[in-house]
Amino acid sequence: MALTRRKFLQLVGGSAAAVGLSNLWLPKIVEAILENPNNPPVIWLQAQGCTGCAVSTLNTAYPDIAKVLTEIISLEFHPTVMASAGDQAIKILEEALQNQSGKFILVVEGSVPTQASGAYCTVGEKEGNPVTALDWVTKLGNVSKAILNVGTCSAFGGIPAGTPNPTGAKAVSEILPGKTMVNIPGCPPHPDWIIGTIAHVLLYGLPELDEKLRPVVFFKGLIHENCERRAYFEEGKFAPDYGEEGCLFQLGCKGPISHCDVSVRGWNSGVNWCCRSGGPCIGCTEPTYPDHEGAGLYGLLDKKSILGIPWKKAEADKPKKLVKLI
Amino acid sequence: MAKQKIVIDPVTRIEGHLKIEVEVTDGKITDAKSSGEMFRGWEIILQGRDPKDAQMITQRICGVCPSPHAQASTLCLDDAFGIHPPDNGRLIRNLIYGANFIQSHILHFYHLAALDYVDITAILKYTGNDPGLNKVKSWAKTEVDSGRPAAVAPFLPRLKGDYISDTETNINCIAHYLKALDMTKKGHEMLCIFGGRMPHEIAIMPGGVCERPTVDKITSYLYRLKELQSFVDNVYIPDVIAVAKAYPRYFEIGKGCGNLLAYGVFEENTEGTEKFISAGVYMDGKVQPFDPSKIMEYVKYSRYSSKTGLHPSLGETVPQPDKKKAYSWLKSPRYDGKPMEVGPLARMVVNHLQGKNAMLSKMVNDTLNTFNAPVTALFSVLGRHAARALECKLVADRCAEWVMQLDPAKSVHTKFEIPDQSTGKGLTDAPRGALGHWISIKNKKIDRYQCVVPTTWNASPRDDKNQPGPIEQALIGTPVTDPENPIEPLRVVRSFDPCLACAIHILEPEKDVKKFRVL
Repeated sequence: MALTRRKFLQLVGGSAAAVGLSNLWLPKIVEAILENPNNPPVIWLQAQGCTGCAVSTLNTAYPDIAKVLTEIISLEFHPTVMASAGDQAIKILEEALQNQSGKFILVVEGSVPTQASGAYCTVGEKEGNPVTALDWVTKLGNVSKAILNVGTCSAFGGIPAGTPNPTGAKAVSEILPGKTMVNIPGCPPHPDWIIGTIAHVLLYGLPELDEKLRPVVFFKGLIHENCERRAYFEEGKFAPDYGEEGCLFQLGCKGPISHCDVSVRGWNSGVNWCCRSGGPCIGCTEPTYPDHEGAGLYGLLDKKSILGIPWKKAEADKPKKLVKLI
Repeated sequence: MAKQKIVIDPVTRIEGHLKIEVEVTDGKITDAKSSGEMFRGWEIILQGRDPKDAQMITQRICGVCPSPHAQASTLCLDDAFGIHPPDNGRLIRNLIYGANFIQSHILHFYHLAALDYVDITAILKYTGNDPGLNKVKSWAKTEVDSGRPAAVAPFLPRLKGDYISDTETNINCIAHYLKALDMTKKGHEMLCIFGGRMPHEIAIMPGGVCERPTVDKITSYLYRLKELQSFVDNVYIPDVIAVAKAYPRYFEIGKGCGNLLAYGVFEENTEGTEKFISAGVYMDGKVQPFDPSKIMEYVKYSRYSSKTGLHPSLGETVPQPDKKKAYSWLKSPRYDGKPMEVGPLARMVVNHLQGKNAMLSKMVNDTLNTFNAPVTALFSVLGRHAARALECKLVADRCAEWVMQLDPAKSVHTKFEIPDQSTGKGLTDAPRGALGHWISIKNKKIDRYQCVVPTTWNASPRDDKNQPGPIEQALIGTPVTDPENPIEPLRVVRSFDPCLACAIHILEPEKDVKKFRVL
């Protein structure tokens, strides 16, 4: 459908000067919506999460959340925002199971506890017995069009799966191996990654994924590659304490192992981001989070993990650079 | 007597997993049980980690209110390390935390609670010329006309009930629901200016913070704050009053246990001995000083095999999913053996009766005068909403002063060494109520970490003496007009702003409600 510039500007409220997402995708989203009167149904299930991914989604800048809900998707089930409750809400899930096979996108927030038959997290009841999150994820996941694992918990297990993983918390990919799914890690993920991935699924189908099922468009690079403190790293100027100038590496920064684009995208409409604020990156997008193989959130990365990362392959030939940082 | 059991599962528009069972006799709730339905084992996961990890990991207890955990945890670590943040560090923590209060209170009223009162379908009657509202109207009309089962999701379906009938009030509230989405986003932007990101701020550390104040950050924070102050004064508070005027009987519903507890929040001096909102206890009709040693946790009806009646500093967390008679993953914290309500109501009443904050008392008195109501009317569904709105204004106005006290030339952080052995406690008040963290450190690692969170106080199950928790008590006596549509108990539960996810189902009157069982 052809849109005149004037019409387009009316539709987006003159908001084209926003973050990258709107410039890239919004015109096509609007076109897709105009061609398809009913927005595609999305069911957002919460398991062992903290609702942080949901709250992050509410912070989407362009399109804002009201436009996401009225123009892009039909959010049929979402415990934090839905008007409904109790049995009436559970009926929406049962309706999806019975009659919406292959039609809806399932978003999972939170890891899925598997010990004690899943009793560590239940959502609703059936015939007087609690239904486990494990049961819902398995059944809904099997009949969904695709699964979006929003957040590191559902993507990789996250903190609930941290040592010693007392509840047997698992990533959705471990529950439903082989099922079509996309991982959008982050604790929480940036709203652009969530809305952007949904937009990609609606417009072009599944985005290109890396081996950990992350959309390459958002997760290809490392924080360290585009960090604004990178020059300090190259010069060997390391911050001696929190709140001081310098590269945060020796305060335990996980930028060299963390895949995401927040160092260029920025958080919360771009007003700040982790390393700019002086907070060392805690590697929250990684499958190793929060243990990081014994380093924890603020332990120094060891030489091996630095050498093993893609951007260091070229650097590995130049060991004099490495001497400074270990 | 016609007895009926109602179970609501899930209770939506709250954070987390909680379930509520009520027994209704002749149209009134005569018994209630509140059950937390998720266990992740945070305290177990924290054992053996670097103590610094605690203020990041505990934030993930709740993504709606991570800042309180960052605050409690850093206070706890400051105490264990024997350090205090410099003034800039203390002020920036207050500014981060204040932004979270403002954002959380606005989000609660508009996005979690309002759909219990506002008739969202009134948008179809809109005749004005606001382009945003007309777009929502045309979307809703297309959806309704489509006839599909989930039309107008997530705003429909909803429970049947006595929603506001006045179209203008409804339309105003719908417009403000949308505006509030923008405001909560701005609240997070404010927080991010000093916190590095939100949810889950990154720039907070024991000893202070990581982000330094510069003039651009100060002005950027201040002018976002001014927008929020204007919204709170001109929209949020008037809307709470409008809802209160439409539902005067909710000053009588949901009284609760009548005991209040506040730990106090927002450090006003280096040592943290002075707080903007003070600690205190209200029990047996009078205000008393707060003594942290009187906190104990009981587990008779909680799914834990650990010892009962322990102080949180000695707390144990050993899960037992199939424990007989247990019906919740929440423990039952009690103060001096009594259930205590925590949250904005507790803070505002305790501080009002202490009489130390003149502005706070004036706001409380003005509000009570508007409704010609005594202070006891605050112990109610509407009292909780009103206390939250007043506190939002109080905190926002104080943030405007704190941000001007920052000194860009000075440090934000006090250096620390992690001690080989130590203990610490961090007590603060979250938007949802009193929050405590307790740590013990051995060999520079976390040996024990316990959190007692606000909703554990409010949504706790019965204790060892069979005393129901505050939400359970608030539910008892609540009228239920239509057991198929239990909107009244949901209004009571949501007025506490609980931070977990719950459940209420309708069962056949003669059938027993089946107990939780492991499948």
